[in-house]
Amino acid sequence: MVEFPPPVRRITPNGSPNVVDPADRQGMPEPIARATRPSYGPERLRIDGVSIHYAGTERPAVNAVTLPVRQGEVLALIGPSGCGKTTLLRSLNRLVELTPGASRQGRILLDGEDVDHLEITRLRRRVSMIFQQPNPFPMSIFDNVAYAIREQAMRRPGKAALMPRVETALRRAGLWDEVADDLGRPALRLSGGQQQRLCIARALAVEPDVLLMDEPCSALDPISTGVVEELIHELRENLAIVIVTHNLAQARRVGDHVAFMYLGDLVEYAPTEELFTRPRADRTREYVQGSFG
Amino acid sequence: MSTAPTTGGPRATPPGRRQRLLGELRLWRPLDLLGVVAAWTVGALLLLVAASLLLYMGIKGLQYVSLDLLITRPQPGADQSETGGILDPILGTLMIIAIATAIALPLAVGAALWIVEYSRPRWLARVVESGIEVIAGAPSIAIAIFGLAIFQLPIFSWASFSAADGGGVFGRSFIAAGSVMSLIALPSIFATTREALQSVPRHVREASYGLGKTKWATIRRVLLPTVKPDIATGTALGMGRIAGDTAIIVLLLGATLQLQAGSGIPGVGTLQGTGSTLTSYVYNNSPTGEGNAPEKAYAAAFVLMLLIIGLNLLVAGIGRRRAGTDLPR
Ligand SMILES: Nc1ncnc2c1ncn2[C@@H]1O[C@H](COP(=O)(O)OP(=O)(O)OP(=O)(O)O)[C@@H](O)[C@H]1O
Ligand SMILES: [Mg+2]
Repeated sequence: MVEFPPPVRRITPNGSPNVVDPADRQGMPEPIARATRPSYGPERLRIDGVSIHYAGTERPAVNAVTLPVRQGEVLALIGPSGCGKTTLLRSLNRLVELTPGASRQGRILLDGEDVDHLEITRLRRRVSMIFQQPNPFPMSIFDNVAYAIREQAMRRPGKAALMPRVETALRRAGLWDEVADDLGRPALRLSGGQQQRLCIARALAVEPDVLLMDEPCSALDPISTGVVEELIHELRENLAIVIVTHNLAQARRVGDHVAFMYLGDLVEYAPTEELFTRPRADRTREYVQGSFG
Repeated sequence: MSTAPTTGGPRATPPGRRQRLLGELRLWRPLDLLGVVAAWTVGALLLLVAASLLLYMGIKGLQYVSLDLLITRPQPGADQSETGGILDPILGTLMIIAIATAIALPLAVGAALWIVEYSRPRWLARVVESGIEVIAGAPSIAIAIFGLAIFQLPIFSWASFSAADGGGVFGRSFIAAGSVMSLIALPSIFATTREALQSVPRHVREASYGLGKTKWATIRRVLLPTVKPDIATGTALGMGRIAGDTAIIVLLLGATLQLQAGSGIPGVGTLQGTGSTLTSYVYNNSPTGEGNAPEKAYAAAFVLMLLIIGLNLLVAGIGRRRAGTDLPR
């Protein structure tokens, strides 16, 4: 059984996470100072005994997972390949329902409200998702962001009316300076890192309460990864963030709490440093020390 | 051909291409060798046929084509010099293409969207898919006969003209031929659209749904713009097939050389009326038909070929344009 320790405010002198593999840091910006770290806000999302089955498989892909996600914190999900991280993440905005034969048990509460009772388009605007592969739409940079903003109304706001919000979103994603001179460029001509930041801008443009990120840096180079990580640090003050990552050093850098999953089970949930330095479960220790996975 | 070792000799470096090829050939099994020879022979023969067709049509066509021919109306006449030009058949072909495409395009795209994006109920989707396959495989003369039977039904009397005494419905008109002709274009538009939709990666759809977009918004704003080049390709291919079909024209448009309005209503009357297309013009004037104007038949066939080649170039152009703006697949 996993218990949830009360939110702790970690004070790390000058904020540098200890023991990071130097090879992992190559080309990365300096670790972001954590001295000004905000205190955790209220719980935004609660995952309550969630299990997910895919048709034709015996074992549940996610097995009775319970986790809180708070405002102002980053929750990092780690675990070996196939342990159900993506599945769990996709259930939070009910994307998992798009997979034929997938079923979910348990409850997911967004600000205390069962997500099953929310209108699905509304839910997905409040719980926005960034995917492992950058997936901009085959349209211009501007249209990618504008598409996210436009409501499904008969009267569509014009370009000028949308511009301020598009700019804000692109600025928040740290992409504005690179693309401002030509927003009409096809998004698919951007580099992979720029595309991913465009996807982040798109996800932010809907002004979500929760941001889900599924290995957002796995297709990116170290520089772009650094940019995205810095962004995550800035964003968490206003949002609750859940990030899936295979990169333990990254989980350590960006996560405030870390949840370790194995074969669909939640094995351990703890504040980041605690999980990495004093893991309680044997499996967690083996995993974070790199002996499997 | 020399069997001497490749070392030394004036052209020894690098080892001659011919030598390399021969060396490679020696490694092949006899059956492979036979296959390669057969493939080359067939390829060369086909090329020869295509080249001579183009050459023949080109020579004959260029000989008889003139601007005058293109812009004068055809006239009945016993002598070639009196038979006028091919303006009406050209207009007829364009009209048939326009009518058939206007019908086939929304139907085919709608069907493809439904099959790929909704596909429910399953059995109906399967029925529709095999139905379109059957249409694609059916000879156009069979489709034409069926179409004629339909358009001669009294409820379709508005689509063509009826005998003055209120008797039988003629069943032949631009509306009738164009509608039935849409079946010729539908399968290719459907197939290219369906394949393009199927190859849009799942994550593109999920990105849209993940932003709280409905299925319809996703289709309209993301999927349709993405597959637009493929729809255009399928449509241009379909237009080529329409332009080249004869059976449906002969049975459903009739064989009047000139456009002949079916009623007094301007515009609509022409659609209700009959006329000819380039294919029926060639058929009716060719030396093997009742032809009394073989030179004009050649000219018309040449114009038709140019039209179809033009449509094919359009397809190639669309294909080239989409490289670069393509999705990562
Ligand atoms: N569409 C599907 N249909 C059936 N089974 C699936 C489907 N998607 C995932 N699974 C199964 O569910 C389990 C969890 O998959 P999931 O993608 O959530 O793992 P993951 O932790 O994200 O792995 P990775 O780190 O490799 O991305 C796996 O065993 C996988 O085979
Ligand atoms: Mg995954």
